[in-house]
Amino acid sequence: MVSQIDNKNQQIDDVSGADHVPNSVDIDDENKTGKRQNQNSLWAAIKSSPSALYGGIFLLIIVFACVVIPHVMKMDPFATKASDILMAPSWQHVMGADNVGRDVFARVLFGGESSLLVGGSVAVVSGVLGFIVGAYSAFFPKIGYWLMRVCDGLMAFPAILFGIALIGGLGQSIGNVILALSIVFIPYVARVVRSATMSNMNENYVSVLVSLGASSTRILWRNIALNVIAPWIIEVTFVFADAILVEAAMSFIGTGIPQPSPSWGNMLYDSRTYIYQAWWLTVFPGVALALTVFVINIFGDGLREVFDPKRRR
Amino acid sequence: MLKYIFKRLLSAVPVIFIVGILAFFLSRLSKGDPARVIAGTDATDSQVAAIRQQMGLDLPLPNQLWDWFIALLHGNFGYSYILNQSVSSAIASHIFPTLSVAIFGEILSLAIAIPLGILAADKQGTFTDKLVQGFATLTTSMPSFLVGLLLMLLFATRLNLLPVSGFVSPTESFSQYILHLILPAVSVTTLQIAIVARMTRSSMIDALSSDYIRTAVAKGLPRSQQLWHHGFKNAAIPVLTVVGQSFGELIAGSIIVETVFDIPGLGQLVVNSILRRDYQMIQGILIFVAIVFIFVNLITDVLYAVIDPRIRQESF
Repeated sequence: MVSQIDNKNQQIDDVSGADHVPNSVDIDDENKTGKRQNQNSLWAAIKSSPSALYGGIFLLIIVFACVVIPHVMKMDPFATKASDILMAPSWQHVMGADNVGRDVFARVLFGGESSLLVGGSVAVVSGVLGFIVGAYSAFFPKIGYWLMRVCDGLMAFPAILFGIALIGGLGQSIGNVILALSIVFIPYVARVVRSATMSNMNENYVSVLVSLGASSTRILWRNIALNVIAPWIIEVTFVFADAILVEAAMSFIGTGIPQPSPSWGNMLYDSRTYIYQAWWLTVFPGVALALTVFVINIFGDGLREVFDPKRRR
Repeated sequence: MLKYIFKRLLSAVPVIFIVGILAFFLSRLSKGDPARVIAGTDATDSQVAAIRQQMGLDLPLPNQLWDWFIALLHGNFGYSYILNQSVSSAIASHIFPTLSVAIFGEILSLAIAIPLGILAADKQGTFTDKLVQGFATLTTSMPSFLVGLLLMLLFATRLNLLPVSGFVSPTESFSQYILHLILPAVSVTTLQIAIVARMTRSSMIDALSSDYIRTAVAKGLPRSQQLWHHGFKNAAIPVLTVVGQSFGELIAGSIIVETVFDIPGLGQLVVNSILRRDYQMIQGILIFVAIVFIFVNLITDVLYAVIDPRIRQESF
């Protein structure tokens, strides 16, 4: 009997999770909400937000360009050619060649692959751990108080400096960059999840579940979690973008992805020496970095519109 | 007012405590024996043991943690055995250029971002608003060192208007000091402009929809007075919060930008410490920046009470 009611509740929750209008939709947004009620699928919601749609498409293009193309075309970011040293962009090297005659285009794409790998892994690791920390610290206020103070302490360190110090202790490798940045970004995710969970805990459905005798694990992971997913996904998208920026800054001062592996940050550092002779060494990795982060940020803004119609402009 | 400040100071204690513990474990993270690194490769075991004892590394972990805290409370951020200098004296000799860039950048960002944010809120939904928001999204996507490099590219090879590297002390030539600061400050400020302009916009939109603005409109006040005197005064608190919260990132940004413009500040100290594998120095700088961050936030919280009488009232 109890489980039947529980199931019903679960279904109601599933529905509200699926069309992504959390129970907090305001009445004074009625015209917009009204429009959205006809569109039940996530796809329709994404289509209704140009930022999410085009941001998503461009992000896929960038991922394809960095992860698939260099391998399919069998590009070599390490091949040097003495005759091509500091060669300006031409048909032979579309983005020119660097100070040891390596193809900048290949290095930009491979650099993008490692940036996306770092950004994506950090988003997943800090996303999952941040969700657990945030949800439990909302559910158990006493542990939560101390967990949040630890988060405050972590957030008092600027991300870049904390990353540098961690890499100092752990040693410089791409895996350690991912580990260091995941630790840096857990508090950001945890804070968002915590406040979303806390506002859900005041909802009626939670008190109903409590009086039905549902276990706290069940309430937290099968009911509240579904309502927290929207703000969580948005935050994780921004962590993705920020992690790419911080990785680039760390590589720029020599504590990120170790040389000679290309990364946008260390390519930009190398470009500084040749800034008077070779503009292409600065411009192409720089534009690739800014464009990627810009597209992810636009995508994140779009997701925010999709999940939260109140924020639509 | 004093009671409010005291309460706020007290609430910073657990955070400082946790920052201390985190930094302690960070400093014990490194693989290998720091004493052996300092003693050099051809030191005998007894020499290494002597250094361990001198550094207190032979004590149990809780004792080390305790000593660490006592040292922190005395303003001792550690000792670089590689430079044979205390971290605080190294910071003291490098802090001025970094602070110059950060503070000049902060002033620049406030001077640009607040009017931009108010403009966007006033013209909400129009093309101007979209332009400001697009600009903000674009600048949040550009790390400060990239802006610095692009500015350098532009000014070094095309314009020749401003100096592109180095730092001149204000006692030497004040005008040169300012001229050398312009490009670094503009580089660190772009991100800050985006953050502050966004916050100003959203908090102004809230303020502009309130009753007192309707009253101000009804009694025929000029728009500028409605916006600045009535609107912004009420919208200032969230703006102040982001300014305080992002000041730490601004210092971190200055540290990276110094590498671009060859400025002999904390950034140079950090980069050289990385090259020397001097992690005591890096951790000391990290703690120093974290403590500066905590205090800047304390000061912003106190400023709330100065700006907003309601907060002052609550504490009594």
